[in-house]
Amino acid sequence: MADAPALLEAQGLVMRFGAFTALRGISATIRGGEVVGLIGTNGAGKTTFLNMVTGYLRPTEGRVLLEGRDVTGTGPREMVGRGLARSFQVPQLFPEMTAREHLVLAEALADQGQRSLLGPLPEGGRAEAMLARFGLAAIADTAVSLVPQGQRKLIDIAMALMLRPRLLLLDEPTSGVSSAEKGPLMQTVFEAIRAGGVTVLFVEHDMEIVERYVTRILAFRDGELLADGTPEAVLRDREVARSVLRRKEVAT
Amino acid sequence: MFRRADLRLAAAGAVLLAATSLMPGWLLVLAATALAKGIVALGLLLLMRAGLVPFGQAMFYCLGGYAAGLGSLWLGIRDVLLLLLLAGLAAGAAGWVVGLLIRRYRGIFFAMLSMAFSMILYGVLLKSQDLGSSDGFSVPRPTLLGLTMTGTPALRILFAVTVLLTVLLAWGVSAYLRTAMGQIGPAIRQNEVRVSYLGYEPDRLIHREYAASGLLAGVAGALVAMLVGQVDPGMGFWMTSGEFVFIAILAGTGGIWGSLGAAFILEAVHAIAFDVAPTYWRLILGGTLLVMILRFPAGLSSLAPRRVRRA
Amino acid sequence: MSTLIAIAVDGAIHGAWLFLVAVGLTLVFGVMKILNIAHGNLYAIGAYAAATALGYWFASHPPSAAALAIQVGAALAAGLVLGLLLEVAVLRHLHGRDEVSVALATYALLLILDDVMLMIWGTDPQSAAAPYLLLGASRIAGMRFNNYEFLVMGLAILVGLLIWWVLTRTGTGRRLTAVIHDREMAAAMGINVRAVHVATFVAGACLAALGGAFTAPMIPVAPGIGAEIIVVTFAVVVIGGMGSIPGAAVGALVVGLARAAAVHLYPPAEVFIVYAVMAGVLCFRPNGLFPQAAVRRI
Repeated sequence: MADAPALLEAQGLVMRFGAFTALRGISATIRGGEVVGLIGTNGAGKTTFLNMVTGYLRPTEGRVLLEGRDVTGTGPREMVGRGLARSFQVPQLFPEMTAREHLVLAEALADQGQRSLLGPLPEGGRAEAMLARFGLAAIADTAVSLVPQGQRKLIDIAMALMLRPRLLLLDEPTSGVSSAEKGPLMQTVFEAIRAGGVTVLFVEHDMEIVERYVTRILAFRDGELLADGTPEAVLRDREVARSVLRRKEVAT
Repeated sequence: MFRRADLRLAAAGAVLLAATSLMPGWLLVLAATALAKGIVALGLLLLMRAGLVPFGQAMFYCLGGYAAGLGSLWLGIRDVLLLLLLAGLAAGAAGWVVGLLIRRYRGIFFAMLSMAFSMILYGVLLKSQDLGSSDGFSVPRPTLLGLTMTGTPALRILFAVTVLLTVLLAWGVSAYLRTAMGQIGPAIRQNEVRVSYLGYEPDRLIHREYAASGLLAGVAGALVAMLVGQVDPGMGFWMTSGEFVFIAILAGTGGIWGSLGAAFILEAVHAIAFDVAPTYWRLILGGTLLVMILRFPAGLSSLAPRRVRRA
Repeated sequence: MSTLIAIAVDGAIHGAWLFLVAVGLTLVFGVMKILNIAHGNLYAIGAYAAATALGYWFASHPPSAAALAIQVGAALAAGLVLGLLLEVAVLRHLHGRDEVSVALATYALLLILDDVMLMIWGTDPQSAAAPYLLLGASRIAGMRFNNYEFLVMGLAILVGLLIWWVLTRTGTGRRLTAVIHDREMAAAMGINVRAVHVATFVAGACLAALGGAFTAPMIPVAPGIGAEIIVVTFAVVVIGGMGSIPGAAVGALVVGLARAAAVHLYPPAEVFIVYAVMAGVLCFRPNGLFPQAAVRRI
């Protein structure tokens, strides 16, 4: 995998919000086929990093490259058009729409290159399969504002997968989900991901989950990239243990 | 392609057409004006589904009216259908141009920018001597496919044209709302960022729907101009926009029928108020609007029996 | 050269006047996030109140500087009464609603107040020229300026400084600023947000009425002056950045100068120069010159 082509490259990303510096020069490369875990304490800049590489925030300094092409600050719509998709720490859903409507809309937008949006909505297509795969059939016709958090997260991730991305970014997929549900949720998600052959980067606080799925770890601290390597190397690193993991253990 | 709702629309249209020969002149004008304002409301429906309320829609209504008038007087076009096409295209084009700037704004900014543009048009027309300044000018009776029309028969024909056009446009909007693109508006209203993360640029939809709403308002303005035989800058005044917004609020979440129904109610109340208490029309309108906003946020739909949509 | 001076002076006078009329609108928006479309009516009622009060006074007294006190008094009375009435009767019930619904409610108030003014004062224009004739005129760069206009300019500057002082140097001002930045946090820290809202709206109403009261001597006070003002005021506030008081000052000056330039150099442009400037500014600064910071959503 080390010789797979670079899919996403962050070069010296700096983000300043007025007097506050959220990211101090992050450089990292994600290659095709990798499953990368992004760890760090709250406020370390992980979500800001995701916001930048997906084009939602324009970095104060630095560049974002997608397959060698400079896409710095181009905006989420274009990044999605180039094969990126993302889920959110707080699920970004349409409160009045049902789970089915979410996935049908995602399917229609995913296919907008092939099928005119002025055509009818897709019926009985990939959206149905995705609903079944994520076990959402029971609440498929319920407005998502009435649905529990775990399933809201699943819908959020399912929407991202509907876009058939080459690179999937998940922001704390198991946060806000009960301990008992975490395992099954990630299992469902990764089965769906493996079926599609997607490169993944996900932010996670639960180290058990991280160790189970990743091939590589990026550790952030206070806006800096503390460590970047295999799980064995990073999780045994003293600095990472002290500032990222130790704090986590105290918290739980 | 045709649903039950569409057949109901066609049936309503047929009923109105059948009643044409029974309706006196003043009723024809009233009903046709109500339908025309209903067409404006259809355009507003599109934007409101996306969470936007333009306060200056009268601009396109006014442009449509003037386009029909000028098309008759300056370009010698007399056919009603051609004039409607001209008005729609002119207003739609204007909507597209204004949309270039207005597309990235939301909420109150969008609303007031729209109002500002309408007041620009109003100001320009008011000062323009060529166009009759505050008096405007008369619009000659149009012809239909070569036939000249006069008197009450002309009103009947214009009314019939209005009915057919309203049914056609309502069907068109209804069909659009069933497509994938028709779902993007509500999605933008509920979570705009998520829409961009699904690979569609929200501003783009707003731009298109804004231009479309301009086209609809322009057609409506042309219809009224030809019906009443007169255009003046007041068509673009904020008060006119206010009536359209009132209709839209009254329609609430009532969709196509809500929009058309609300337009009728407004025109009827307008006619009564003008008879009974002409100086207090704004007070009545404002008072009713305020009561609706405070007590019935979902418009007329609040008063309808509740239909349970989902478990 | 003299044209440039004329434009500068004309622009400064007009800009100052615009600031005086617009500052209440931006203040209320900044604190309460309400765009008060009835702002123009409050201005108009201030004008009518001043005209009426001046009419009564000068029916039995010779022209004097008392006129100015009467204008201020009339404005404050009108602003206080209407501000409280509208806030308590209407705006209080719209707490938490989306900004467009609230704006629509203020639009409804515009319609109601327009007819109410018509019922009280009728359609005949009122005159309140006494103060205008009081101070004589000056010549600058070959142009004749009425000194009353400089008085209004001075008043606008005074009001601007007063607001700046209140906001930065007093406890009340600091509480107001806290609410402007983050209503919830301000409430969490014990600030009585309700009281701040009422006070702000009344202040905004008084400022609008003050603008109207001091404009009254310069124009025929007739139906429609409120509607005329609201759109141009909105443009000024948009250019400056909604909710920003320094922005309103800069926006007002920019618009004033632009209009003066149009009047002196190319009169046909006067009708839409304000909106052209607004559109131009928005192309480069979509949220105005001094926008309020946006809150992070994801």
